[in-house]
Amino acid sequence: MNNGTEMNNASDMHKGTEMNNIALDSTVETKSASFMNTHKSPRQLKRERADKRFHWYGFTAIAMALAFLVFFFIDIIGQALPAFDKTEVQVTINYTQAATKNYNKAVDKSVRRIVSRAWLRSIPQYLQAHPEMIGSSHVEWVPADSRVDQFIKEHDGHGLKSKYQRTVKKMQQENRVRSVFNTTLFTRGDSKLPEYAGIWAAAVGSVFTLLITMLVAVPIGVMTAIYLEEFAADNRFTRLIEVNINNLAAIPSILYGLLGLAIFISFFGVPRSSALAGGLTLALMTLPVIIITTRASLRAVPESIREAAYGLGASNLQTAWHHVLPLAMPGILTGSIIGLAQAMGETAPLIIVGMMAYIPDAPTSILDATTVLPAQVYTWSTESLRGYSERTAAGILVLLTVLLSLNALAVKLRNRAQQTW
Amino acid sequence: MSTADLFLWFFGGLLPLSAMAYFLARGKALSVESNNVRLHSRPGFYGWYAVSWVALPALAVSLLGSVAHLFNLLEIPSTMLLATAFALGGAGLWYGLGHVKAEFRARQAVEKVMRGMLFTAATISILTTLGIVLSVVFESIRFFQVIPIWDFITGTQWQPDTAFLVGAGRADESVAPPLFGSLPIFAGTFMITLIAMLVAIPIGLFAAIYMSEYASHKSRGRLKPLLEILAGIPTVVYGFFAAITISPIVVEIAHSFGLEADYTNALAPGLIMGVMIIPFISSLSDDVIRAVPQHLRDGSLALGTTKAETIRHIVLPAAFPGIVAACLLAVSRAIGETMIVVMAAGLRPNLTANPLEGMTTVTVKIVEALTGDQEFDSAFTLSAFALGLVLLIITLILNIVSIIVVRKFRQRYE
Repeated sequence: MNNGTEMNNASDMHKGTEMNNIALDSTVETKSASFMNTHKSPRQLKRERADKRFHWYGFTAIAMALAFLVFFFIDIIGQALPAFDKTEVQVTINYTQAATKNYNKAVDKSVRRIVSRAWLRSIPQYLQAHPEMIGSSHVEWVPADSRVDQFIKEHDGHGLKSKYQRTVKKMQQENRVRSVFNTTLFTRGDSKLPEYAGIWAAAVGSVFTLLITMLVAVPIGVMTAIYLEEFAADNRFTRLIEVNINNLAAIPSILYGLLGLAIFISFFGVPRSSALAGGLTLALMTLPVIIITTRASLRAVPESIREAAYGLGASNLQTAWHHVLPLAMPGILTGSIIGLAQAMGETAPLIIVGMMAYIPDAPTSILDATTVLPAQVYTWSTESLRGYSERTAAGILVLLTVLLSLNALAVKLRNRAQQTW
Repeated sequence: MSTADLFLWFFGGLLPLSAMAYFLARGKALSVESNNVRLHSRPGFYGWYAVSWVALPALAVSLLGSVAHLFNLLEIPSTMLLATAFALGGAGLWYGLGHVKAEFRARQAVEKVMRGMLFTAATISILTTLGIVLSVVFESIRFFQVIPIWDFITGTQWQPDTAFLVGAGRADESVAPPLFGSLPIFAGTFMITLIAMLVAIPIGLFAAIYMSEYASHKSRGRLKPLLEILAGIPTVVYGFFAAITISPIVVEIAHSFGLEADYTNALAPGLIMGVMIIPFISSLSDDVIRAVPQHLRDGSLALGTTKAETIRHIVLPAAFPGIVAACLLAVSRAIGETMIVVMAAGLRPNLTANPLEGMTTVTVKIVEALTGDQEFDSAFTLSAFALGLVLLIITLILNIVSIIVVRKFRQRYE
């Protein structure tokens, strides 16, 4: 082919002869030492030890990577588990007339800092909805303040003052503190108070964003792949598209964020932080993944299928639509799932298009400001209160569960799709 | 009428109209066929032909209208646009129905339309590249009008704090001019990339060698997906892990050696980034190592070499270009990685060779500039696009080089 390769081959050959000599030497030595036994020369032993060592290097590399994986999951799960429990305290609530104006009046002063402020603030609203409750008083289990929660879980940096620590300890002795499953985490949106912060709004935002990504990226990606594999003539423009797609696959995701900001938001006027802006940005990012995997699965359909269809008088399009595409479907599905899983875990471009704002409520349309799960995880990770860090880990755990199931599904589909023709 | 309503009306009207066109035209074709007239194409094609006459003109008109609106060329009331689109759709329906005749070649017409649509889809990837290039280039030009390009490339100080004063026109003699020297930022990027590569290349390469040369077919089938889990974990998760778990460990170990380490040290994000990149290198190298023809191995083993010697002296040199390409792709991945460094690396640009100190990277500065509350026109915000431009150029060069190297490799053995 060219000079460089030839020289390379020559040097390879040279190395080969060198080793050949070594090998011959050692056998000669062994033979001259004795005819009968399998005694090996020191040199031979050294080479065998090197051989074993090399084997071990490879094994160690794999073991290290897998050990990291195990350590990583144990660490994340360990950090996340406490977030699935929340502390509740039993207090007496006085639904007085005064409580409708000043929620602080609803509970005794001693427990005012023990119960959740977010819950306290909801009392006037509750009384407005249920006026018949005014004047009564109840003993109820109510969510505790995040600091109390962290204190009960014995986490460092819980930040509970010693005065309240004593109160909580006393309540514990009276069995007025309990730990229940944290439903808030799954039913509420973001909050400035950790005990009321949940992933619901972000999860809905993720679904909205991914729907747009899917609706845009999958049809366009599959159509591009069909064009390139089944229709395109081998000309300069086709090659340009191919090189271009390979380049797009390697461009850092944050640059797609810049594209989204400059083109979709500044130029086309798509609302900032909306699921539409984020979804379109992610769609462009996943497009190359879908195109590349779809092309691979179209290519795997044997030529004989196409020829049979042509032989029966089908046109190019009919062949592709009725015969090639159905056979390539499992591969296309796998590629789409992998692409969407990647989009679901992506954060950087979404931060650039503004999807890390404080969003307490789930979006109701694709133009509403929204956030997504990974962005929510990022926002919580920047909060200083101790209660957020376990919620961050819990958000991560939910995200990982969804992503790993998606990937497992893709692997399963791929295995099923590996059909031998 | 808001944009959302407009979309709703448009598609709410167009979809039933299209469905109607399909069934009307197909029905007409079927009734023609029942009179023992043989049509050129199957009835469905006449249906699709009518649909394309309904949908395409309506879509084209609304697209033109929105483009004109976007560039402020002319202001068409949205209701008028909607009415025009639907009128055209109706006319298209009538036209399409008129073409249900025995001699009309509907299949060819529909396939032409489909080909056009497939081609349009294929050009979107070109438009994406163009969009990325244009968006960074235009904003970068605006940035370089304020900050000389030479200062940006060679400056060693990054102090953009006063940029907003200049932007607001309130800068006077007492305010130091903002400095946009990107050298320390790139130094940080390359330091973290280097650490990542020191982790990823040895582990990834040895893992690939083990999987392709030593592991049985069955265990390889199990190990590969396990390793690929590492690539499937979102980067925001790695960032959290690096910042919360690894950074304190690094600081503690450094202390036990009597060294000072920042909590935002470059080592923690570098190590974790390396772990993230292991599967890239191992999967790509695994593929190229397996592509080395078996007769090279057999020839070497027949000469009496051990397996390790064969791998070291025969297989790896043969697979070398592919491995280099894999490493280059991994480097471009590491340079562009954002969330790990945003969460675990520092914010302060720092020109140092000590990985235990806090450093910052290009991607951190892009995120910082675009999530701040400065207005879009200030030099600080625009600096993100200039940094993005450099990032784009670096990754494109790395990618093109790796494509060329891989092509050379393929030509040798295929």
